[in-house]
Amino acid sequence: MHNKSVAELSKELESGKISSVELTQQFLDRLKSEDGKYNSFITISDEQALAEAKAADEMRAAGKATAWTGVPFAHKDIFCTNGVRTTCGSKMLENFVPPYDATVTANFKAAGAVCLGKTNMDEFAMGSSNESSFFGAVTNPWGDKRVPGGSSGGSAAAVAARLVPAATGTDTGGSIRQPAALCGITGLKPTYGRVSRYGMIAFASSLDQGGPMTRTAEDAALMMNVMAGFDPKDSTCIDREVPDYTATLNEPLKGLKIGLPKEYFSEQLSPAMEEQVRNAVREYEKLGATVKEVSLPNAKLAIAAYYVIAPAEASANLSRFDGARYGYRCENPKDLMDMYTRTRAEGFGNEVKRRILVGSYALSAGYFDAYYLKAQKVRRLIQQDFINAFKEVDVMMSPVSPSPAFVQGEKTTDPVTMYLEDVFTIAINLAGIPAMSVPAGFVDGLPVGLQIIGDYFSEARLLNAAHQFQQVTDWHQREPQ
Amino acid sequence: MSISREDIEKVAVLARIKVDDEQVSALEKDLGNILDLVDQLSAADTDAVEPMAHPLDAVQRLRADEVTETNQREAFQAIAPATEDGLYLVPKVID
Amino acid sequence: MQWDIVIGLEIHVQLATKTKIFSGSSTAFGAEPNTQANAVDLAMPGTLPVPNEQAFRYAVMFGLATNAEIGRRSVFERKNYFYPDLPKGYQTTQLAQPIVGPGHVDIDLSDGSTKRVRIHHAHLEEDAGKSLHEDYHGMSGIDLNRAGTPLIEVVTEPDMNSAEEAVAFAKKLHSLVTSLGICDGDMSQGSMRFDVNISLKPKGSDTLGTRTETKNLNSFRFMEQAIAHEVERQMDILEDGGEIIQETRLYNGDRDESRSMRSKEEANDYRYFPCPDLLPVEIDDNFIEEARARLPELPDARRARFKEQYGLNDYDAGILSADAKLAGFFEETVEHGKDAKLASNWVQGEFSARLNAEEKSVAEAPITGAQLGALVTRIADNTLSSSGAKKVFEALWTGENDNVDAIIDTKGLKQVSDSGALEAMVDEVLAGMPDQVAQFQGEEDPKKRKKMLGGFMGPLMKASKGQGNPKLFNEILLRKLGG
Repeated sequence: MHNKSVAELSKELESGKISSVELTQQFLDRLKSEDGKYNSFITISDEQALAEAKAADEMRAAGKATAWTGVPFAHKDIFCTNGVRTTCGSKMLENFVPPYDATVTANFKAAGAVCLGKTNMDEFAMGSSNESSFFGAVTNPWGDKRVPGGSSGGSAAAVAARLVPAATGTDTGGSIRQPAALCGITGLKPTYGRVSRYGMIAFASSLDQGGPMTRTAEDAALMMNVMAGFDPKDSTCIDREVPDYTATLNEPLKGLKIGLPKEYFSEQLSPAMEEQVRNAVREYEKLGATVKEVSLPNAKLAIAAYYVIAPAEASANLSRFDGARYGYRCENPKDLMDMYTRTRAEGFGNEVKRRILVGSYALSAGYFDAYYLKAQKVRRLIQQDFINAFKEVDVMMSPVSPSPAFVQGEKTTDPVTMYLEDVFTIAINLAGIPAMSVPAGFVDGLPVGLQIIGDYFSEARLLNAAHQFQQVTDWHQREPQ
Repeated sequence: MSISREDIEKVAVLARIKVDDEQVSALEKDLGNILDLVDQLSAADTDAVEPMAHPLDAVQRLRADEVTETNQREAFQAIAPATEDGLYLVPKVID
Repeated sequence: MQWDIVIGLEIHVQLATKTKIFSGSSTAFGAEPNTQANAVDLAMPGTLPVPNEQAFRYAVMFGLATNAEIGRRSVFERKNYFYPDLPKGYQTTQLAQPIVGPGHVDIDLSDGSTKRVRIHHAHLEEDAGKSLHEDYHGMSGIDLNRAGTPLIEVVTEPDMNSAEEAVAFAKKLHSLVTSLGICDGDMSQGSMRFDVNISLKPKGSDTLGTRTETKNLNSFRFMEQAIAHEVERQMDILEDGGEIIQETRLYNGDRDESRSMRSKEEANDYRYFPCPDLLPVEIDDNFIEEARARLPELPDARRARFKEQYGLNDYDAGILSADAKLAGFFEETVEHGKDAKLASNWVQGEFSARLNAEEKSVAEAPITGAQLGALVTRIADNTLSSSGAKKVFEALWTGENDNVDAIIDTKGLKQVSDSGALEAMVDEVLAGMPDQVAQFQGEEDPKKRKKMLGGFMGPLMKASKGQGNPKLFNEILLRKLGG
């Protein structure tokens, strides 16, 4: 059962061959016995999962089942789950049990899905290797001591290791796509505003977006059917019709115009990686697509702009963690200032503190124009590049990461080396457009991802392109040993 | 661009994060590297460019003025570090 | 040395919306601590703000009433600082693009002149919670019910030059927002709070001096005192050759003292930036016209009407029209009391005095305009003497009885106006006081005569058991005594 996709499990449940309680118990047993190797979960919520499974079986008996009813999955530990600890990978929230649900959480509950627990992640989603988690690093199922990528590293590793068929992720600068690529699974970062951010703990509000992490594009479409949609609780969520993302998966790709941004095939990319990506593009040509080179002249400024905007927003977003109302509070504060400064010094890890300090600095008097305002202007230039390119092509394709999964500890000495890991993904968040990571080969036995970038609200087209690719390739079916 | 120890100490107070001397030294190097990366921005010609705060060119939706919330104090205070008489307790506030 | 006083005001006006500016929590005053603070108000992780339409409507109404430009596109920013009453660690406010742009208000001064005070802008923002300083084992208690209550902060130009002008402006603004119905105006509950920026400059100089800001004054009286206090303090420093430090000060009205708020001074770099959780708010013509259609009668128009409709003088009309609730109470009194002048006297006199004494707002008054009107009617038709009327008022106020005529009956306050009966009493009393009668008749000085006449009233009232109509007694006395 653990090798089946969401779509397949859904059929099994529908046929009555297995109940959700039985299925959930199998997954829980496997999760508990296997996850010691990966550390991909922070919390396994067996009690709630079995209760949800029971409710799902009743829902099915009542004739109210959806495609998700009774299907197990996991949430990145950034989505608030009523009654289940939500840590965001931080000591600050080590014991935080929210009395409310994120909108995405509520949507999965309403569909009858069964959440097995909460997956590991970089602290407050700040990282590209899952090494900044307070709950320990996650191991990539494809290689001992290899990182799974980040920040949604736990979700990626859990899906790759067949611990769950699907998991939610969030992507602020590449946090769904890069771990998906490094773990050989499928991930989608939707258009900004497509998925509600309510109850999804904020890192950088104008960049954060939740999305699916699955093995197949079809499953990602099924997740999007639950995740996407207007939410009156999120002012930045777009009130726009949500298509059935599974309905267009089988559209032919003949005539699809693919652009290859020349800046994303630069010297930062190893020749072996490039070869895998170009091979994948050739598969698309075989499916009837045409390919041309396009240019994103300002893409090179994306990391610089991102490392002003994201820390600036984060510096304010994380001010609420002050020890006053919930979460960690330092022992015996001697006065108010002491409570604040020690709570935050002890509760946050180094990367989070670095970003809060950089962000506070960029917003402080005398630096605002040179950093924050300048970054916002560059952000518009980057967006304009994408708008111009999409006048010529339907989608763009590129690598997801410059190299495959690296060894733990390799990039933790200088934060900037870690930041460069997101060189191909970050501009997409700044522009707010959707993009996917699709398994597209291996280098030295480690998975390589193909990034498919789309125009605003073109998730259905991206999923269609990914699904068609998965009909003629089997990279996404490969299982780590 | 480099960042001075004084700047780090000042910004750490603003951000309410306690840092000791050793940490300031490490931060001096790390933040300096990050700011070097960020300084690439100065090369961009942005004279005629409007700052972009949001990815989508949308306007704010407004909510009707209707009470939708009920008292959940018990649930919220069950996860608080310190409360009494329905109040959150913090070290003494001095104006 | 002679000094010019320069005053600018920042006024926080709590908007009378049902819910908070960014959440659906109630804003009702007086609830148990933290029972009106939901996940958004408590800044629980992942929660997001959604703005209240009514707050924008009220702000636009304020703009229209102050002849201001309406901000067609306004933007919320985050003002970053840590404080226990500020759950998010930033206040969501407006800075560069506020909802209300430049406007102005005209104030009347005691010398009969009018002065225009310019408003720089007014912006929407969220209120903070409250820190309760009672001792909880050496800790402070935080109540976040107020956190997120919508405010408009009105910022004036430094156009006022005396405490009188500043207070006149503050009263005018109070009158405007209560008339608009966008604020309950209850200053004792913090519905309006004033920050006063004061500086001095040598008389006639064009260069502004260093200013101080005195924060959170919540009564007109304290505001007046605080200004006088601060002007004197600055004058003393300057005349001793000292320098004014730009700082925030806290005024203690009970002790007439002020002190520096050092906590506000340390490194306040607020790191404002546009709030990424909120989008720009666009206000279109329809919204503005709809708000305009809701504008009620404003104080200046009401004052003119009171003069016209009720024949009040300018002073009475000014006082009764300024406060919307008082104006409404007055009109209800007139409606049931017919005599507008008498109603005006009672509303401004006994009624207002009693409210002041008990520190109550008009809304909290235990009597209605209809009751006071009934009382006025009984004074006008001579049923009640003024002392009798005060007794009835007392009985109404304390809730002893809510019907004027019933009170008159049970207390026997109906005046005896039967002239035959009164005349008999006068004859009897005068007969018993021959010396005084002779003295009166021998007196030439009208003042002394008047006083002596009063000497007969006591025994007359006693003889009539307090029910004789004093006016009639007076007439009969004069006739009998040949005065």
